[in-house]
Amino acid sequence: MATNINYQTRRVALKWMHSAGLFLAMMVLCVPGLWIVLNSFRPTVEIMAKPPVWIPNDLNLDHYRAMFGGIGEGGVPVLTYFTNSLIISVTSTVIAILIGMAGGYAFARYKFKFKGGIFVGLMVTRAVPGVALSLPLFILFARIGIIDTHIGMILAYVAMNVPFTVWLIDGFFRQVPPELAEAAEIDGCTRWQAFWRVEFPVARSGIASAGIFAFLTSWNEYALASQLTRSTTSKTMPVGLLDFTSEFTLNWGGMCALAVLMIIPALILTFLVQKHLIAGLTFGGVKG
Amino acid sequence: MKHLKLPPWLVLLMPAIIILSAVVLIPLLLSLYSSFTSYRLTRPDSLFNWVGLFNYEKAVTDVKFWAAFGRTVLLLAVALNLEMLFGLGLALMISKVTRGQRALRTMMMFPMMFSPILVGFQFKFIFNDNVGLVNNALQSLGITDTAIPWLVDGNLAMFSIIFAEIWTSSSVFGILILAGLYAIPRDPLEAAKVDGCTPFQSFRFVTLPFLMPFIYIAMAIRSLDVARAYDIVQIMTNGGPARRTELLWTLIGRTGYVDARMGYANAMGYISIFLAIFFTIYFFKKLTAARKELGMGV
Repeated sequence: MATNINYQTRRVALKWMHSAGLFLAMMVLCVPGLWIVLNSFRPTVEIMAKPPVWIPNDLNLDHYRAMFGGIGEGGVPVLTYFTNSLIISVTSTVIAILIGMAGGYAFARYKFKFKGGIFVGLMVTRAVPGVALSLPLFILFARIGIIDTHIGMILAYVAMNVPFTVWLIDGFFRQVPPELAEAAEIDGCTRWQAFWRVEFPVARSGIASAGIFAFLTSWNEYALASQLTRSTTSKTMPVGLLDFTSEFTLNWGGMCALAVLMIIPALILTFLVQKHLIAGLTFGGVKG
Repeated sequence: MKHLKLPPWLVLLMPAIIILSAVVLIPLLLSLYSSFTSYRLTRPDSLFNWVGLFNYEKAVTDVKFWAAFGRTVLLLAVALNLEMLFGLGLALMISKVTRGQRALRTMMMFPMMFSPILVGFQFKFIFNDNVGLVNNALQSLGITDTAIPWLVDGNLAMFSIIFAEIWTSSSVFGILILAGLYAIPRDPLEAAKVDGCTPFQSFRFVTLPFLMPFIYIAMAIRSLDVARAYDIVQIMTNGGPARRTELLWTLIGRTGYVDARMGYANAMGYISIFLAIFFTIYFFKKLTAARKELGMGV
């Protein structure tokens, strides 16, 4: 009987520890982000208050208004940045996905010499950080004259995303049994038709998640963008964040507002793909 | 298309190969070449001034370079291991929950959506000695009266950076390990129970070996990311105070752009890229070994 009670208390204690641990972990994960969101609605006086104001008593949209406002009111050309970011990210994602589909299909369906070598070669290009690439790319793009243009950024981001999309999409195509396409071909489809009618629909959701991955990478990238963009014609949002900094001061409220604007699209997209994300990483990586 | 004699796989791979050669390979060759010259951004003609291995010799004997190298390896070791532990903890805790698992999973992925530069600014704000969340909380709770200079003191700054790194990336490990936990076959676990294993034993000898491939995949992905850590550090401390948080790529970026010594920066860059490739290959080897052990095929 005594051991039974002991066992019971231990179970209850474990359960409490589990809940407490989970709660603590989630706090740590979510509070920093929520803090940013909260501060984007608070007036600068309150952000800077000493002693700190814990319960916000004056929430307003001033920072957003200032941000969208003219240059004189401390505004930044945020809409231009947003469009730049959107154009560059979307275009580069679409191209990267098309190239990734071709490459991934080749790796998943064909046997050829040096397959492993070529695959590793593709992956190694991912080991090159944006900063390292930005030095020579800067020189090269300056020579060709595509510095500070959308084209230049799109090219750079396509190259950055292709290895990853090939890798992920390869994994998704592998999950599609080759017999499916073969059956379609026996039924009179060409290989091209078999691909679009049979294999593509099965792997579609996986490809979509690879696309969102690529989009987020381009959307969030900073190191390359900070060197390859110079003016409002091509500056993206991550680079735009720096507009809120000056030599010695930082406009925290304004920065938080722009940050919120940056997070929202990322948030929506990540929620949409979270399930595929897990599957994609698992199958693409581990069982590949 | 019949007259083309190229094999189909090559045609399919061609776009990927072309774009990667144009945007990655050629610039890398250019930077490889310039690492043998005394190239300075301010004097374009110095691109043709061949200096042989001079830049590499200088890098290898440069104390600043090795200090940054050491800090990068330190960050890599500390951050990767802690991220792995926290990720494992998160995944185990979430997998034990019976209700609301989906919501928890989504919450766990919250930090993954943040752009690294945003994480940098966010933690620069949170660790700010004057208006930051951390100091405000500590002072309000009466734990300390003084403003702790999180980003100004050398050691604390490194701690803050490691904290930021771990915050963003524990969930990468969490997600992958969670995926592993979902994929574990039930039979071996039940067999272990029947054989009288304690929960700890069955975790150590059944669950953990099964999770290893997932952990190595996460390690491989993350080691690349950490080895090229730039954005977060650049924003939070800019390598300061007095170079106490200077990592390889912040040092290289500064040498290249601020000091305009591109040749030298590229030489250091090449040494660093080899560090990154070394770690990737190391983890992929481990992954293959772990996969074989489980009989998952390669």
